Amino acid sequence: MTTQTKDTLAEALAGAGYVADDGLAMALLLTEMLNRPLLLEGEAGVGKTEVAKALAKLDNTDLIRLQCYEGLDRSDAIYEWNYQRQLLAIKAREGSGDNAETVEEAVFSEKYLLERPLLAAIRQDKAPVLLIDEVDRADEEFEAFLLELLSDFQVSIPELGTIEAKSIPRVILTSNGTRELSDALRRRCLYHYVDYPDPSREARILLSRVEGLDTALALQIAELMGKLRKEDLTKVPGVAETIDWAAALVGLGTKNLHERRETVFDTLVCVLKTREDQARITPEVTDRLLGKVA
Amino acid sequence: MASVHLESHDDLGTAVRVRLAGFVRSLRDSGYKVGLGETEDAIRLLRSDIIKRPQRLKEAFRALFSGRLSDWTKFDDVFDAYWLGRGVKSGIKVSGSSSRKTTKTIREMVDAQGPPQDTIAGDVDRVPGEEDEPSDETPSGRREGASIADHLGKADFRNIHDPEQLAKAHELAEKLARAMRIRLTRRDKQKRKGPRLDLRKTIRHSIAQGGTPIELIRKGPRTRQLRLVILLDASGSMSNYTGVFTRFVHGLLDNFREAEAFLFHTRLVHVSSALSERDATRALDRMGLMAQGIGGGTKIGEALADFNRSHAARVIHSRTCVMILSDGYDTGTPDQLGDEMARLRKRCKRIIWLNPMIGWDGYEPVTGGMQAALPHVDLFAPAHNLDSLAALEPYLERL
Repeated sequence: MTTQTKDTLAEALAGAGYVADDGLAMALLLTEMLNRPLLLEGEAGVGKTEVAKALAKLDNTDLIRLQCYEGLDRSDAIYEWNYQRQLLAIKAREGSGDNAETVEEAVFSEKYLLERPLLAAIRQDKAPVLLIDEVDRADEEFEAFLLELLSDFQVSIPELGTIEAKSIPRVILTSNGTRELSDALRRRCLYHYVDYPDPSREARILLSRVEGLDTALALQIAELMGKLRKEDLTKVPGVAETIDWAAALVGLGTKNLHERRETVFDTLVCVLKTREDQARITPEVTDRLLGKVA
Repeated sequence: MASVHLESHDDLGTAVRVRLAGFVRSLRDSGYKVGLGETEDAIRLLRSDIIKRPQRLKEAFRALFSGRLSDWTKFDDVFDAYWLGRGVKSGIKVSGSSSRKTTKTIREMVDAQGPPQDTIAGDVDRVPGEEDEPSDETPSGRREGASIADHLGKADFRNIHDPEQLAKAHELAEKLARAMRIRLTRRDKQKRKGPRLDLRKTIRHSIAQGGTPIELIRKGPRTRQLRLVILLDASGSMSNYTGVFTRFVHGLLDNFREAEAFLFHTRLVHVSSALSERDATRALDRMGLMAQGIGGGTKIGEALADFNRSHAARVIHSRTCVMILSDGYDTGTPDQLGDEMARLRKRCKRIIWLNPMIGWDGYEPVTGGMQAALPHVDLFAPAHNLDSLAALEPYLERL
């Protein structure tokens, strides 16, 4: 990667399919410069995960993803022993006359170690992008493991000793804020809050992601989404929904939203994901929203 | 990896360092948690060539120094105030000075009461009415506190007029909440026994026996914490109770991450961040500032609607207990309150409604709002004195 300034980075990201605002581009630049992880917070569907994907594409490196969930522990996230093989190996040595110590040494060696995402991430030759997705879903104890890894980029395995990073990955953490994260973790990270994009940025995102979409329509869609998000909805649609919807509209040959009110209403299923929301956005409301669109 | 080149030729001037230190201090004053690491990184940034314009510096520092959304959103103000000499909008100074004053008074209060930090076990055992028999002994600091607890346990908060007594009731409510919190957490840890095999340990042990897993080692189930979401009515009709309730809530929340608190009146205010302040008086101070500007009657329905719409998805999960502290006097429509309660009920595990008026003789929940809300409430309990608050614990424990 040869990005030197924020602007060239933003440009390169756009090339990789992610339209970043200034603050985010700067934060990403800093992750590289200061070797700090970046914590991205924001509502579901604003494109936090996409940042990591774009970054990996841009760096032309692997994306290693750890999806967090309640109950996630060391053995799911860092490493685990291959028990079946260990058992077989112990059985196979039964008649060999080896003493217990030798067997133990053999069985707890690299050969029987299963890498999980975090260990895999620090053992790559080329630094990957490590995405720790929805870290707020993991338990508090898990944060402590993460801290060890993120501050020293090493993992200690009692049977093997400390494994140090071959290359330091770029780490992106995302959080939807379902649980308050510890100050220790927050302090370790750079921070950026990802908001819903404004219409012009959302239009640019659409143009970069949806083929055959023309600029005027992209802007109309983006503006309509902006209004829609201000409505009283149970599940506010994210950027991914907008992209689906734009693709649907293009697929149906829509050129101008005002001329195709019915199509607009019929395709709103792409963005409204609960029964209440679908009931709330009636044809009349759709007309009203469309009326506001320039 | 480090393709961004750091220039390390000449050192930063002393003036810049001093300015930076001042900035870090002003960030800390505004509640940012900034350590040495961030400051060192800030120096690296200032040395580098990626920052050529103040706007860039602001963006970079924002990413570096912010830890949460609230830090992130107010960063521009703090930055501009320090580096560009623009006035800060927030009342940092005012709150700082007043809190210092009140901190002193609470310290005096604590000093007057005896040793400031009793052991937790001591607190737990002294849940009012449980242990301490009235005693003829000359009251030592500890005994005195306990007997006051005893006496205060049954007194309705609205009947406590002596400011000193009231302050003690506040303090006890908070201690009680802390004790409850600690017990709830401990209960989780003690349950760690269960049916899952711990293969790793089993195999490790089996080596000594030639690989035959004779002794099976088991793993407990993942323990899951209960989350509390508290909605506190701060309207005029509750004024006799809000003081003690906020202390109670602060006690429950302090340093307990699985909890969120909201205050409502005519609108809803998220106050968890204020209550996460360690010092009780300072927390209440901050909360008071956040709640300013709300007044008039209580619109419980509207406040709940706001909660359901903007916060519920984030703060509620399947093991959440929602605790509403309110007298149920609602100036909104009962229908809306009922609808919103139904919506809330779908999301969470339990709804507890604490109503101080239940403790009054002859009280019946006849108001329209209360009637509409009741079908959706799992526990409708009094909360007019310390005893009634303490009685909640067994219920919470069962959740």
